[in-house]
Amino acid sequence: MSRETVINWALALGLLAVPFLALMQGEPFYITLATRVAILALAGVGLNLALGLGGMVSFGHAAFFGLGGYAAGILATHAFNQEPLFAWPFMVSGSNDMLLIWLVAIVLSAVVAFLIGLIALRTSGVYFIMITLAFAQMIYYFAISWPAYGGEDGLSIYVRNGFPELNTLDPIQFFLICYVVLMACLFISARLRDSRFGAALQVARQNPERLAATGIAPFNIRLVAFVISAAMTGLAGALFADLNRFVSPSMLSWHVSGEIMIFVILGGVGRLFGPLAGAALFIVMEFYLGGITEHWQFFLGIILLCVVLFVRGGILGILAGRRVHG
Amino acid sequence: MLLQIEGLQSFYGRSQALFNVNLSMEEGQVVALMGRNGMGKTTTIRSLCRIMPYRHGNVRFLDRDLAAMRPHRVARLGIGLVPEGRRCFPNLSVHENLVVAARPGAWSLERVGLLFPRLRERQNQMARTLSGGEQQMLAIGRALMTNPKLLILDEATEGLAPVIRQEIWAAVRELKGEGQSILIVDKTLKELMRVADRCTILERGANVWDGAPADLDGDIQDRFLGV
Repeated sequence: MSRETVINWALALGLLAVPFLALMQGEPFYITLATRVAILALAGVGLNLALGLGGMVSFGHAAFFGLGGYAAGILATHAFNQEPLFAWPFMVSGSNDMLLIWLVAIVLSAVVAFLIGLIALRTSGVYFIMITLAFAQMIYYFAISWPAYGGEDGLSIYVRNGFPELNTLDPIQFFLICYVVLMACLFISARLRDSRFGAALQVARQNPERLAATGIAPFNIRLVAFVISAAMTGLAGALFADLNRFVSPSMLSWHVSGEIMIFVILGGVGRLFGPLAGAALFIVMEFYLGGITEHWQFFLGIILLCVVLFVRGGILGILAGRRVHG
Repeated sequence: MLLQIEGLQSFYGRSQALFNVNLSMEEGQVVALMGRNGMGKTTTIRSLCRIMPYRHGNVRFLDRDLAAMRPHRVARLGIGLVPEGRRCFPNLSVHENLVVAARPGAWSLERVGLLFPRLRERQNQMARTLSGGEQQMLAIGRALMTNPKLLILDEATEGLAPVIRQEIWAAVRELKGEGQSILIVDKTLKELMRVADRCTILERGANVWDGAPADLDGDIQDRFLGV
């Protein structure tokens, strides 16, 4: 077992242990904190696929995070008010079933990512960053200006959506749902990375011309990766909305895109468990330093600067050393 | 006709590199593309693979016009390029390099392993840690894994130790024996003459001589190939 595998297991088991320790200590708040880590890590896992493997620096992943959130919020609101989502050409009612909501969040994010990708992936470098940002901002302002679902004030989910056979209002059970989803997406990421598709995606980043000379279209490979990446982040958004029982345009703002990117960079770009390590550190700092000073992000900035300047592999790079292949 | 190039003209920006290249190949043939440095051999190859666009002329492969095709489409039609300078995918393992581009056909991982036993031994090694000769073998293996109808070798033995060169030439002869069509660019005239069915010499971006290796006498060699 390589050192990175050990670290990965430690991170996975560590996150799993926190809520149970919190329960024993009678501090249920920490369960929510761990759930936040799991959900934000999931958003990072999504971005890591595009950014880490594919080299696509998307500064618009908040769009997918927010769309996932709104999918949960809108469906739940309609279910709560017992109003159909739309009545024509056929009747579609809301839902408070998480599984259905996840499906909608994933499909919605994937479709939007496909359309954004079709345009944005024709560019690269700084233009790609700006185009993804521009699309995310368009969706952000659309959400603000659309009064039907709360506009700037956002939308409350009065009762957390349900999961078959589970009580999602119990923090531990909701945590476990998020945890299992995170692990499933990490598993999918690992399988993708080690597949032919993953190899082609890495080459599409390093040398698209050479990839084309072997008969694989770099654009198509990138587009598929971008769509999968967005779907995972969209799923995280749906969970995040359910965690807070609230969704607002702030989930779509560019700050969120930045934060997701920070998880990935802090944890280690392209490292499987990097986003989990990054999100955990981010939340811990936000909680502890945020308790001491309002300006905790100053320290976050310093750490981020150090990571970028001195340890290219992020937290995983410090703990597990340079990436070992295969 | 496997490949037919007529009146090919290509440009790097505003400067013209190819003025009038003509080349045709039958299936199963080995054709040597020759000429001094800078005469347009690699540019011809890059143009026909559509890695760089060409402005005038006709390139037909298996009776399909390549003009409007994107590079990966050309590769999928059956052109396997081994580019100049051992272009492997450095951050992938040998195994990944081979399987990433694999398309169904007679060539498989096992068969490439038989042709180049060294690659089998180094399956899990990263491509960038291979020696130059091994990287060249990997590049050839990768092209074969796409099961090309036409294999293009651009300076496949350049800068390699004599022993390794011999291994590569042995592999080329083996491929020829199996009926693989090959378009080959190389500096080692002696070996090239042994495998080629036909030679085409380029000078300043145009054909100047075309014929069988036996007809390529010292006079022509001095005129077009000598330094």
